[in-house]
Amino acid sequence: MLDETEIAERTSARSTASSRQPDTDDPARALPKVATGIAGLDEVLRGGLPAGRPTLVCGGAGCGKTLMSMEFLVRGALEFDEPGAYISFEETEHELSQNVRSLGFDVDALVRDGKLVFDHVRVERQEIEEIGEYDLDGLFVRLGLAIDSVGARRVVLDTIESLFAGFSDMAVLRSELRRLFGWLKARGVTTIVTGERGDGTLTRQGLEEYVSDCVILLDHRVHDQVSTRRLRVVKYRGTSHGTNEYPFLIDEDGFSVLPVTSVGLNHAVSVERITTGIPRVDTMLGGEGYYRGSTILVSGTAGSGKTSLAAHFAASVCARGERCLYLAFEESPDQIMRNMRSIGLDLATPVEQGLLRIESARPTLHGLEMHLTQIHRLVEKFDPHAIVIDPISNLSSAGVALDATAMLLRLIDFLKARGTTALLVSLTGGEGVVEASGQGVSSLIDTWLILRDLEAGGERNRGLYVIKSRGMAHSNQIREFLITDAGIELQDVYVGSEGVLTGSLRAQQEARERAAAVAREQDSRRKQRELQRRRAAVEAQIAALQLEFAALEDEGRVSTSEHDARSAVMQTERDAAASRRGADTAASSSGSKQ
Amino acid sequence: MSTAMTDLHEGATSQWAGDEKWDLRLYIAGQTPKSVAAFNNLKRICEEHMPGRYRIEVIDLLENPRLAKEDQIVAIPTLVRKLPQPLRKIIGDLSDTERALVGLQLRPRT
Repeated sequence: MLDETEIAERTSARSTASSRQPDTDDPARALPKVATGIAGLDEVLRGGLPAGRPTLVCGGAGCGKTLMSMEFLVRGALEFDEPGAYISFEETEHELSQNVRSLGFDVDALVRDGKLVFDHVRVERQEIEEIGEYDLDGLFVRLGLAIDSVGARRVVLDTIESLFAGFSDMAVLRSELRRLFGWLKARGVTTIVTGERGDGTLTRQGLEEYVSDCVILLDHRVHDQVSTRRLRVVKYRGTSHGTNEYPFLIDEDGFSVLPVTSVGLNHAVSVERITTGIPRVDTMLGGEGYYRGSTILVSGTAGSGKTSLAAHFAASVCARGERCLYLAFEESPDQIMRNMRSIGLDLATPVEQGLLRIESARPTLHGLEMHLTQIHRLVEKFDPHAIVIDPISNLSSAGVALDATAMLLRLIDFLKARGTTALLVSLTGGEGVVEASGQGVSSLIDTWLILRDLEAGGERNRGLYVIKSRGMAHSNQIREFLITDAGIELQDVYVGSEGVLTGSLRAQQEARERAAAVAREQDSRRKQRELQRRRAAVEAQIAALQLEFAALEDEGRVSTSEHDARSAVMQTERDAAASRRGADTAASSSGSKQ
Repeated sequence: MSTAMTDLHEGATSQWAGDEKWDLRLYIAGQTPKSVAAFNNLKRICEEHMPGRYRIEVIDLLENPRLAKEDQIVAIPTLVRKLPQPLRKIIGDLSDTERALVGLQLRPRT
């Protein structure tokens, strides 16, 4: 047996050795923990299970207790070099190894390598007669042997409650269980004890009474025929832990918990801009497109071109050599590729290059949490720069609307924290208000584009406008959105006295305007010419008058000089006459008055 | 040594026949009071009901821990009646002789 200090040394050495230990509160004072290696669970547990102590994992039948315990051991053996012992009270070693093979764990190899040991403890009440006093030393011996044979640091007892069915003396059983947990603690092994959920209690036999350090509750519930698995840390003595219910998933990669709600709002933001894939939409968004890492919502009615817009974005991401994950909840990958080819968008090449990954799933295939966890996992695996979810509105068919909203909030949080640009497509019902299509997530959306049908003149045309776009100047105008053989094009819509016109009405209006413009120009030219003519005429008149005036002036000058000449002559004659008459000056002056 | 016993009495079907050989195994884990009591009680019963026709093999699991797994032993003390067949398991210190006799099928259930 180990003494206390040795246990402490071992556990602390182990907790520092385990690489995946996020935010422990205070490393000096924190409880030593053992990372489980199970995706997400260590985050929820703020580092892992209490080192050297038993943890109770309880839940109803089929909730995943056994798989979780098994993964705890397998990950311990593979990732942390901590051998494990699995004491099963229900399933045989063969059954267990078969069951977890589907999760990709080769338990048999681990057993061969001496990293894992199994013991199937079978207790059959019918075969056993109880006469007199007994204890469970046999179990202790077996446990001790299992632990010693591989040097186990991790132990699973699954599920020890079966003992209650095998023995009738409850008093003995309870005192033996108490002794067992004390013994396990003294051995310093980190133990998972599983327990079946009872009526109104965590476990049928009240195991939580013995295991007081950490209790994890697994839940498998069905809502509207869709099942969801959730995990909750009921208690964890001496440490903080995530207290919410976290969805978890069991699939071919094992167990994974989704601690998305632990994501805070302190993610770094990028100032880098990335194109929308359509130059004119970039122009509408301040000329540069979306912010990298932002969340974009494209909502619109059926057939308004949402998928085409999303596909353009995806193609532009891949064109930069970045990875894009396209989650399609309505169409198969082939269908999307074919449809986009028809508008001149080649998605097949980026798919072949491994830059684009299209994942299709029916929303009703699993519960929301499963979807969320799967998206989570895909994102972790593929590590995309951008993600398209087409459409998010369908997800509400996989659960209640409120859950769908909560799920999306978590998803958006998760993507934002990773700095993944997310383009979410949302389908609006025909009669609903277009702006109400945010699935309750509009407050989290950075850029919101609306595609809407503009009906007029017996035509349906597509209009695009920006409802909001945080952190950038954006256009407030409606653009007509054309899907052509060469992709999406944007046109200015006609906005004038006739209202907003699109499609052929816009074309007609434009033609009318052109005709009117031509007419106006001709008119103006005609007026110009007339004016010129009149000006010429007036100018001619002016010239004539000027000539007349010159003539008159000339005439005036001539008559004056004649008059002067005559006057001079007359004076001369008068002077001559006066001198002839010998008149005096006065007479001459009076005479001059005549 | 236990395997040497298996060829004893192949077709022992009659449980109440007086000439049956009894092959008993008592699993203990150290010399605990319960184990000692069980052995003494068992010895007494055997001497009374099948003198000379029994054999008690005491297996201390502290010395042979492997047998605990192989023979599916959980509780201590456990008495296994290997012969006569069918195999019976009795746990406890056999302090209640009457019930021990019933358990060993030396006496029919009442």
